Amino acid sequence: MDAKCQTFLCDEALGDGTTDAGRQSLSQAITVDGRHRRMVLGGFQQQSKLAGVLYPTLEAKGTKDMSKQSPIPNALDKPFYDACNEERLVVQYCTNCRRYQFPPQSACTRCGNNASVEWRQLSGRGRIISRVVVHDTPTSSLIPGQPFNVAAIALDEDSEVIMLSHLPGTPVDQVPIGAAVEVIFETTPATGQKVPEWRVVG
Amino acid sequence: MLYPGVPRDWFRNRDGMGLWEGRGKVVATGVGTSPTARRWDEKPETSMGAMTIIAIRKAIADAGISPDEIDGLVLTPDSTTGVSNDPNNPPPPGWEQHFKMASFPQAGITRGDIDWILLNMPELKNVKFMMNGAICMSVSFVAAAEAVARGLTKTCLVVRGWHNLAGRYYVGVGASALNTASGRGKYGSIWGMPACGTTAMVFEEYCRKYGKSHDQMANFVVTQRRNGLMNPDGYYSQHRPEMIAVEDYLTARWIAKPANIYDNDLPIMAALAVVFTTPERARNHKQKPVYILSHGQTRPESPGITPTLEQWEQSTDRMGRILYEGAGVGPDDLAFENMYDGFTLFHQFHLEGLRFAARGEQRGYALDLYETDIGIEGPNPVSPSGGNNGNGRTRWWNHRDSILQLQGRSPSQIKKKAEIGVSGAPMPDACDALIWSATPPV
Repeated sequence: MDAKCQTFLCDEALGDGTTDAGRQSLSQAITVDGRHRRMVLGGFQQQSKLAGVLYPTLEAKGTKDMSKQSPIPNALDKPFYDACNEERLVVQYCTNCRRYQFPPQSACTRCGNNASVEWRQLSGRGRIISRVVVHDTPTSSLIPGQPFNVAAIALDEDSEVIMLSHLPGTPVDQVPIGAAVEVIFETTPATGQKVPEWRVVG
Repeated sequence: MLYPGVPRDWFRNRDGMGLWEGRGKVVATGVGTSPTARRWDEKPETSMGAMTIIAIRKAIADAGISPDEIDGLVLTPDSTTGVSNDPNNPPPPGWEQHFKMASFPQAGITRGDIDWILLNMPELKNVKFMMNGAICMSVSFVAAAEAVARGLTKTCLVVRGWHNLAGRYYVGVGASALNTASGRGKYGSIWGMPACGTTAMVFEEYCRKYGKSHDQMANFVVTQRRNGLMNPDGYYSQHRPEMIAVEDYLTARWIAKPANIYDNDLPIMAALAVVFTTPERARNHKQKPVYILSHGQTRPESPGITPTLEQWEQSTDRMGRILYEGAGVGPDDLAFENMYDGFTLFHQFHLEGLRFAARGEQRGYALDLYETDIGIEGPNPVSPSGGNNGNGRTRWWNHRDSILQLQGRSPSQIKKKAEIGVSGAPMPDACDALIWSATPPV
């Protein structure tokens, strides 16, 4: 099995989210919606206030400023992250296969050639093809912002190349599937590394 | 000889490969399953390694053969995809008094290891062929089938154990608690999706395209639990023997909407061993032989960070074609399907790729099928094993049950005649699957 497959399968691994009582109670407290009879726990106000102290920007409805982890670039993806810091979106392109790919790989995932892979700047435009609403994230820094949108963005240059987005400015669970989006760049707090984000156009 | 991995030319991963050359030359007979546990209590006798030894001994006894007859061992060394120790961590106190140590310190604890098994099972003294089938036991089943068909081993154990340490699953040695992200996970982890998120995204696309809804999954999930509770070896029947109702599913808390808590499988500890051999040798085995008619593989080809609906449909369509071409059978020959469900929301991709119980439909029919009688008594038994969802996370209940169904001794035995079935795992675009038969091919 190739490295990509192994990585994918590891990424697929399950976080069942049932075992950490503290996280679960926080999750339940902030995941109440009209359809589901979930508990509103007694600690809701207190936890919300705590979240407000720790993450003051998270209180604004529908415009959550998520505290993302800062990605640490390596030799392979440094061009991508350097370009992000310059507010440019670049991804790898295989001149043999005429195909873009992201995340970065050491070679083309189709033909296996590394000499044919180059970095190309993109328009920074795409389209929302799907979404989820995360109520139980394994990423600690994002827990206070739950629930939050994660949208799949298909790039205009190649609709098979997908990027993820929190869709800042889009209310939770109101993701307009099919809508056009454009890239923006968000500074992550730990290192200042910028990462691509996306916002609905118009 | 130890093969660290499965040779690439053993895989059947493209159209036009014709009938499988090993068709009818390999059978499964004995099956051994360990007890289950939610998490390891750090006692040697309840470790993944101990469970593996139990499963192997039970499989050999179930086949009614002597350990001397085992000359091959194919193992999936990877264990849980959740919390793992540092591979160089020493074992807990008392371990070395209980087991002989292999060179890998975590062998038998967080990783399966053929050397460790052979050190601690001296009765397996004739094992000559050894191979690791990475990631999923499905790979090991395929590897063992090829090895027997190619004459590299005559009687081969197929083995996998799972561990589950204390702590929240898949928090990954604390990486998710850091304010930085490294490694390949960083491309997705900074958006905070739980593991089921990718599947939920593609499921959302599926529902949108075909006009289906998440609520239509309820009968499938309830049936999975029902089937699983019939299995005395399953986690739920041993530790949480409570049935769930449609209402439970419809009101369950979301993890990554549209995936709720019941769409996620429960991580557990358990081990399985199965005996593969030739039809000739199986005449002396206690259990009825189950023939392997074909196998197939798919691997991810997505150039993006997450697959799309189109990619999963193409991949599972290809799996269906490869399996049927190799086996010389078609969808109408399947008495049941036991494809993977280790997120419930992708089971239908496997099912539709196989065109299981299709009535001329190509795609988008599975959720309607789920709302019909899909139980073991009905005309279209969907996942009669109960799968991961009904038994706990192993990725092998489905294979195990396919063998037991065709031997006529499954605890959730389907009522219609079980002649041919299929099982495979794990992901729609990263799958190894096999077609099994109660009788030799014509």
